Amino acid sequence: MTANDLFIALPELFILGMACLIMLIDLYLPDNRRGMVSFISVMTLVFAGIMVMRWQVTDAATVQYAFNETFVRDSMADVLKLFCFVVLGAIFIYAKHYLRMFKLFQGEYYVLSLFLLLGAMVLISAASLLTVYLGLELISLSSYALVALDRDNRRGSEAAMKYFILGSLASGLLLYGLSMIYGVTGTLSLSGISEMAALASNNITLIFGLVFVVIGVAFKLGAVPFHMWVPDVYHGAPAAVTMLIGSVPKLAAFAMAIRLLDNGLSPLQDQWMGMLTVLAALSIIIGNLVAIAQTNLKRMLAYSTISHMGFMLLGILSGTAQGYSAAMFYSIAYAIMSTGAFAVLIMLSRAGVEAENLDDYKGLNQRSPLLAAVMLMLMFSMAGIPVFVGFFAKWLVIQAILDVGLLWLAVLAVVFSVIGSFYYLRVVKLMYFDEPETEVKVTAPADFRFVLTINGLAQLLLGIFANALIALCVASF
Amino acid sequence: MSAYFTELTLAHFLTLGAILFSLSVAGIFLNRKNVIILLMAIELMLLAVNMNFVAFSRFHGNADGQVFVFFILTVAAAEAAIGLAILVVLFRNRNTINVAELDDLKG
Repeated sequence: MTANDLFIALPELFILGMACLIMLIDLYLPDNRRGMVSFISVMTLVFAGIMVMRWQVTDAATVQYAFNETFVRDSMADVLKLFCFVVLGAIFIYAKHYLRMFKLFQGEYYVLSLFLLLGAMVLISAASLLTVYLGLELISLSSYALVALDRDNRRGSEAAMKYFILGSLASGLLLYGLSMIYGVTGTLSLSGISEMAALASNNITLIFGLVFVVIGVAFKLGAVPFHMWVPDVYHGAPAAVTMLIGSVPKLAAFAMAIRLLDNGLSPLQDQWMGMLTVLAALSIIIGNLVAIAQTNLKRMLAYSTISHMGFMLLGILSGTAQGYSAAMFYSIAYAIMSTGAFAVLIMLSRAGVEAENLDDYKGLNQRSPLLAAVMLMLMFSMAGIPVFVGFFAKWLVIQAILDVGLLWLAVLAVVFSVIGSFYYLRVVKLMYFDEPETEVKVTAPADFRFVLTINGLAQLLLGIFANALIALCVASF
Repeated sequence: MSAYFTELTLAHFLTLGAILFSLSVAGIFLNRKNVIILLMAIELMLLAVNMNFVAFSRFHGNADGQVFVFFILTVAAAEAAIGLAILVVLFRNRNTINVAELDDLKG
């Protein structure tokens, strides 16, 4: 280990140090000063962002390794980390309001979120099976604890237990696959595995390991048929935690898929392409169809996540640089959209009651035109209506699979995104054309409303100026 | 008597790993009674993987696999701690740890 290694991992070390520091500070703060924890956490993200940007790797050719080639810093890693900071910063501001409302405003949420972020950063920068596993487990362990944050809540503890069991099962399956890959290649480094796999791309043991790895990745993304945990966890967890689980870990899961399947096992592309095709097609079909039947917004967004992850997989399965950058664009756009949707849910919630039923959105336009407009932009973006960022995300992945000749899959994706737009537009219809059931005023602190407005406008601006974000993603591969 | 029964090879360790792994997966899916058994099955699964890593490490003659095992053991300890903490919370809220009764969330 040299000083240069530490320098390459500087943002991670900073987040680690600050997470520990915030844990200590929180211990000595009186309850009425708790807001400081939130402020320091947001500042941590700002400084970590500056650290990444100051020494940002901007071209795909530059790759910096650290710690005996277990940790890598490249352009994809830096861009994904920056978006993790942006999204988590917004989540911290939304969460402060939620946690106060539900009497959960303790330092734990911020500390666990920062550890989750650290896990995501390690996973994004993984260059060896060991770092993949450790990053993944740090994300998982933090999120199990976060789901059970509201410890007197029956649903929360049930969701946490289900998530824990299924998440550990997935980690176990992934590990079994990693052990097989190690067995065939005799190395843990992803670039070493890639070299060895090229010599043995028909090795049956290697393909056996690959199956388990794909299952592990599919599980973390929440792709059908490994999606069982997604609706329960989204529904049972406090909204501030659901918002977190739906954003940063998705960016990390995308990076995990790229690291393992492209950086590590690209010689087996023919094999994993077929497996991912099945996962993507099933996720798009089942996610969109089941979402229509939901009356609970959190469950509806859970099934919508499943279908979005199916779309994102389309980009990865194409196996081209263009496809990877399309998938990266999709996961970034999705993280921003889903954060915004849960923020609207939080803003409509009252002390102790989450606004999780679709009926709560009736006549929202009369109660709060601004909130309704933000939700409209988010729903249009998720449905993939042109000009909004969600449209370009879908367009890019569909173009990527057309380029590798998967016409039937492209047709299926388009048909089901049309079917899927039904349930997004139903929310818009409820907001604008139905009469409100209550006259309770919708309120939130100024910083919450400010960030939420930007979040809504981002759907439009990232759509109109999509080229800037597309260029960032293209430069990563 | 064939060589399979007279000397220990990599295949024996992998077979043992596979048997332990299958037992733990079966334990997770077949068990409808007690959450604690699920936690035990998860531990067993990680240990089955450790068996594979150690066997392969010895086979290749490099220590990477054994280092990996140390990390898995550490993570498994953390995982067990969090699992048991969630179990305690679950029991306080519902007065049961019966898997079949965890059915509030569905749809």
